Amino acid sequence: MPENCKTISLNKMSVGQKGRIREFVVESDDCERIEEMGVTPGEQVEVVRYAPLGDPIEIKIRGYHLSLRKEEAALIQVEVLS
Amino acid sequence: MSSLTFQSTRPSLVKTVALTGNPNSGKTTLFNAFTKLRQKVGNYPGVTVERKTGTLMLAKDRVVNVIDLPGMYSLAVRSPDEQLARDVLMGRTVDTPKPDLVICVVDAGNLERNLYLVSQLQDLGLPMVIALNMMDEVERQGKEIDVARLSQALGMPVVPTVASQNKGIEKLKQIIAEGVTVFYQRGWRMAPDLEEEVEHLVRLLVQHEGMDRHQAFAEALILLSLGAKLKNEEKKAGPAQWFYKEELIRQINMVQDRLRLKGLRARTAAIEARYGWIKSILKQCVRDKNKRGEDLTERIDGIVTHKLWGWVFFLGIMALMFYMIFTIANYPMDWINAGFTRLGDWVTQTLPEGQLRNLIVNGIIAGVGGVVIFLPQILILFFFISLLQDTGYMARTAFIMDRVMSKVGLHGKSFIPLLSSFACAIPGIMSARTIESPKDRLVTILVAPLMSCSARLPVYTIMIAVLMPAATGMQKAGIMLSMYVLGITGACLMAWLFKKTLLRSQKPVFIMELPPYRWPSWHAVVIHMWERSRLFLKRAGTIILALSVILWVLMSYPRHEGLQGSDALKASFAGRMGTALEPVIKPLGYDWRIGIGLIGSFAAREVFVSTMSIVFNLDDEAGENTLREAFQAAHWPDGRPLFTPLVCLSLMVFYVFALQCVSTIAIVWRETNSWQWPLFQFVYMAILAYLAALAVYQLGRMMGFS
Repeated sequence: MPENCKTISLNKMSVGQKGRIREFVVESDDCERIEEMGVTPGEQVEVVRYAPLGDPIEIKIRGYHLSLRKEEAALIQVEVLS
Repeated sequence: MSSLTFQSTRPSLVKTVALTGNPNSGKTTLFNAFTKLRQKVGNYPGVTVERKTGTLMLAKDRVVNVIDLPGMYSLAVRSPDEQLARDVLMGRTVDTPKPDLVICVVDAGNLERNLYLVSQLQDLGLPMVIALNMMDEVERQGKEIDVARLSQALGMPVVPTVASQNKGIEKLKQIIAEGVTVFYQRGWRMAPDLEEEVEHLVRLLVQHEGMDRHQAFAEALILLSLGAKLKNEEKKAGPAQWFYKEELIRQINMVQDRLRLKGLRARTAAIEARYGWIKSILKQCVRDKNKRGEDLTERIDGIVTHKLWGWVFFLGIMALMFYMIFTIANYPMDWINAGFTRLGDWVTQTLPEGQLRNLIVNGIIAGVGGVVIFLPQILILFFFISLLQDTGYMARTAFIMDRVMSKVGLHGKSFIPLLSSFACAIPGIMSARTIESPKDRLVTILVAPLMSCSARLPVYTIMIAVLMPAATGMQKAGIMLSMYVLGITGACLMAWLFKKTLLRSQKPVFIMELPPYRWPSWHAVVIHMWERSRLFLKRAGTIILALSVILWVLMSYPRHEGLQGSDALKASFAGRMGTALEPVIKPLGYDWRIGIGLIGSFAAREVFVSTMSIVFNLDDEAGENTLREAFQAAHWPDGRPLFTPLVCLSLMVFYVFALQCVSTIAIVWRETNSWQWPLFQFVYMAILAYLAALAVYQLGRMMGFS
């Protein structure tokens, strides 16, 4: 990865933006479940939409759609690709 | 490292088949295709997880038991449902035999994530076959799966199926009949240090627990994924009869300490290694034809989760559902009512006059009939619920409502149970099963009956009629609506309070799959409705029946010669209870007659109306107007009118909050598997109802109303 890649947390990404999962900020049971659902470092992720009230987020990962709250998304660091 | 491979070359006679797989993979559709209507729904002992079993007829003399396990994403369990599924697969449940064959249903359109569970199941070394379901969706995605190659890579048979169209079912049956040969080879590795520790644990488990290496390997990974220190108590919970020896626990905790010191993340290392392996398999077996069709799900979601249209659609669906429940259901409800009335008339004409006839007509037929009448509403509600669930819209309601629910500390998934409770708390409480966190589920169950159910409608209607006989329809609807709002407010407040105090837990994680939209299988919808109504009718035939008899006895005995109607009632047990209750309920503005109504309506709220008809000496056929006039004419001994506007309001408020429903108590008892929770719920709601009604009456009087 080139060094100038921007790394932000998942909850800061805008709709349609793609990125690559870099790491989880903390280690916890919740993070483990998120990883088990396929949100693992190195994987490509796309923010599909935010819910009408702004929370939760819908993302596309490993070819399917997953929703998670901004609170949890804040734990995931993403390298922005587009 | 012999734990790497597992081979089973001796297909034995299969007697029990377990269906497992991710949620939304079409597992239940396959189960329906196998078992048709030969299904049994019950509960696993000790837990409230629904146990679905059925039988599959392979040949005239060959019957196989099929268990439909709750859907799960991972063997590292998070909910009671997943825990149970794992325990059955590992052969740890007391009364369910370890399956001879596991059919893992995999959503072919979502292969990558679905294979994660497959990879974990492989560790268990069970004879397994993959039902590669929803193959039609793969084509629509413009992809092609090399099934033979996939089967080879996974080391087990893979059968392409479209369960909703009965495709591939015969092939699966053939495999069940013949048994399978599997050859698993673990294709993934973690860091060498980690592998070493796992191996160490495997040896310990083999040595201390006498497990075979495959089971020990799966167990070792589960143990390493436990965040906290292992305690025996945790393992004893639930239906599994399984716990470790003290020495082993000490060793396991030591291994975890060592890993922590080395900074190795055992929990995530295995997950990442598995997904890495899955990626390599997909590279071999899936070909993208780049002929992607239109993504229908994307287009639908563009509307139903839109900032404006999303709400319009959402409110539209909800409005339609309630319209059906409160209007269309009226016709069959009238028929049921007429049926029970005719049955009562027939018994009246056939049997000689006496207490037996009285018991059958006024106790049993009236009591059971009063509850069975709600069957059409329950059918319609479950029709909608299974439709919303099967199409995938249910997940979207949780998605758009989560923000609102999180305000009171709940999860988006609590929304449907609470909404359903507007029709009847019973199906609402039953549908709370989809909530993973036990505490959140309990909070949802505890507040669900605060949503005004349809049984309160008759009470509200008569009270509003007495309160404002000349009111326009709009005014009446306004009062009715404010009762609903009062209930919702109460539910929100109590949920918030419970989450803050009694059932404190970390904010639940909200990770939810948004499955693609699918056509519902009408067969499955009908089976679902049939199952629910059968459970409901079973309860009406048992608990409700028994209670109707008890209530009838209370209202008919002891008998006094020469006393008729309301005088006889006053002398009965129920009458005495009402009289004894009077000092307590007098501050709310009620006398002993209303007291009897409260006691009678304990069976079901709408019984209040029929009990009051008896209290006021009206014959059964008396319509609403007659009862209204009787209410308006009722006075205290000193001549003051009984049903003042304030009393009517106070009564309505009482019914908004009080848990006057035996069926709800029974279902909460069953769902929580304890008598403490229903008791607690009854008491807290009674206190709430009493205080609210007291406040209405006393504050109203202070402000100069009557």
